[in-house]
Amino acid sequence: MSEYKIHLLVCGGAGCKASESNTIAENLNREISKQGLDDYAQVVMTGCFGFCEKGPVVKIIPDNTFYVQVKPEDAATIVEEHVLKGRKVERLLFTDPETHKKISDSKGMNIYKKQVRIALRNCGIINPENIDEYIARDGYEALGTVLTTKTPEETIQMLKDSGLRGRGGGGFPTGLKLELAFKNESDEKYVVCNADEGDPGAFMDRSILEGDPNSVVEAMTICAYCIGANKGLVYIRAEYPLAIERLKTAIDQARKYGLLGNNILNSGFKFDIDLRYGAGAFVCGEETALIHSMEGNRGEPTLKPPFPAQSGYLGKPTTVNNVETLANIPVIINKGPQWFSNIGTEKSKGTKVFALTGKINNVGLIEVPMGITLREVIFEIGGGIKNNKKFKAVQTGGPSGGCLTEKHLDTPIDYDNLIAAGSMMGSGGMVVMDEDDCMVDVAKFFLDFTVDESCGKCAPCRIGNKRLYELLDKITKGNGTRQDIDRLINLGNVIKDTALCGLGQSSPNPVLSTIANFRDEYIAHIDDKRCPAGVCKALMKYEIIAENCVGCTACARACPVGAITGERKEVHTINPELCIKCGACMERCKFNAVVIN
Amino acid sequence: MGKIKTLNDLHKTRDKLNDKSKHPGDLIQIKVAMATCCIASGSKETMNYIVDELEKRNIEAIVTQTGCMGYCYAEPTVEVTLPGKEPVVFGYVDAKKADEIIERYIKNGELIEGIIPVNYQNIDETK
Repeated sequence: MSEYKIHLLVCGGAGCKASESNTIAENLNREISKQGLDDYAQVVMTGCFGFCEKGPVVKIIPDNTFYVQVKPEDAATIVEEHVLKGRKVERLLFTDPETHKKISDSKGMNIYKKQVRIALRNCGIINPENIDEYIARDGYEALGTVLTTKTPEETIQMLKDSGLRGRGGGGFPTGLKLELAFKNESDEKYVVCNADEGDPGAFMDRSILEGDPNSVVEAMTICAYCIGANKGLVYIRAEYPLAIERLKTAIDQARKYGLLGNNILNSGFKFDIDLRYGAGAFVCGEETALIHSMEGNRGEPTLKPPFPAQSGYLGKPTTVNNVETLANIPVIINKGPQWFSNIGTEKSKGTKVFALTGKINNVGLIEVPMGITLREVIFEIGGGIKNNKKFKAVQTGGPSGGCLTEKHLDTPIDYDNLIAAGSMMGSGGMVVMDEDDCMVDVAKFFLDFTVDESCGKCAPCRIGNKRLYELLDKITKGNGTRQDIDRLINLGNVIKDTALCGLGQSSPNPVLSTIANFRDEYIAHIDDKRCPAGVCKALMKYEIIAENCVGCTACARACPVGAITGERKEVHTINPELCIKCGACMERCKFNAVVIN
Repeated sequence: MGKIKTLNDLHKTRDKLNDKSKHPGDLIQIKVAMATCCIASGSKETMNYIVDELEKRNIEAIVTQTGCMGYCYAEPTVEVTLPGKEPVVFGYVDAKKADEIIERYIKNGELIEGIIPVNYQNIDETK
């Protein structure tokens, strides 16, 4: 058995690979052989360290030395000094930007770890189907503390002091929400968990429910104690079967332990939770629509006030909280509001979970402190844009949000900054786009979604969004005019001002923000009948380059609509009137004579 | 499963659980990420393969499922903790990779390519 004493981990993330980490690994291996250390040290390529800014990165274990900006020619020094003589190579160590000290043990350099996991603290660590593993990691401790040592008012005050705001999109202060429901007297009150996650590309809530369902059960019980409710409901999408199964298991196990039911932890307080299944309507994520759907009525929103805290489920005071918001609550109780409010920015405390998707290397579920910049998220945690393409925009907030561009890369991410930048936090979907994405097409995609999901109750949303979609469609087909841009802006603003609920009030955001940030792209579609990213099919034109065409007739035979004409051994031409832009000719041509213009 | 009737009961249960988990420290622990998306990328097959193969090769280990580890780009992901060592996460674990992990890492303590460095702080590490 060859037991290596030292492992040299070389980052094989896309960023580090681009700066020759492969050569570094090769050189390290060569040097190790040269020194006769083959049985002693092993070089291993790893995934991304999330520290691309200082790449290429080499980590040495067991002593956790972290070398940054390593060059292939440093391999000899590392092997000779560190592996052979056990001396760290000072000049390659990371310098702490604040203290200007060299850090030799990466255990002491958490600054490179951009992520802090609060809501995701147990995801990927415990077995979600075993409540014991949750309890072993301080599960239900917060509930115990609250039930035995705190009054509801004190608990609400703790949540208010922590600065926790709703993670479902709106960002309403959670403590205040609970206080409103607490103050409304009633014989019956309800606690609702909103697990109707519907943004395209978002999977934060599902991951929490699938990875740590007990945290949601515990937090709902705490909320119930705060407002004086005995009944909790989870409104969850029927499309999340595994999340449902694990949540049910968690509830069952909590009941068996007596952590749900009568006289919880001998406090005299009783509470239990039921599930309600949603059919996947996007509008049911809006709290009034959600409540109507739970009551068995059409999932349509109603005007606020009355707020659910006054008159919610079955007309009783109800507090509706998102899954991620709830997952934060036990930690706030256990660690104290002060601990929580130390993380984040002035008005946005704590962390936010994002589902990082799109044209990015490290697609994943991340949790970052509020106030982190988009640049850190995309180029460090995310490992940069796929295939070394150019970053174009990131879409946050799903169909209700907008696009952030290069100029927003250094803006600290929090509720207020995102709104100021014309987007919103939303529930945490983050879709990264590169130079190959057409922004008019992106806006059209989201509008298509909202038109589909609009419940139809109010005219601005039902009719207005459809008209927005038609205008966008017209532009992507090359039939737009400059006035159409003004019409989009006017109509968009009218919808925002007059729609009944959050869905309509935010649905024009993708259009307005893409116009604000990428007006030139709209104009290219309108004036030049050209899609700069080459996405809009109607604006693409297939052409044959005369010099390259040998007249082999392959393209003409491949064309399904007979749009290509030409005699054998003569230059062929494509009739744009007939061409359906299927690309068959381009695929068939062996002489690169077919091009897209 | 007895009832947890008081806060004191809860603490006792917790301490007992943590105590128990300290002792089988000489057992190999393997966690397979099993959220919907992990399963869609084949983590169930990976987990079954690992369980079957460990048995065939007479290696005693605790294999459990867990939720999303967050490294969606490298699914399926598997975390292996050898006795007395730090947990190591491996990405892109199909049957072939799982075989390599068992033969080289679990049997020989040899690291193999495709390790995913932990890039987050847990709540206890924060100030």
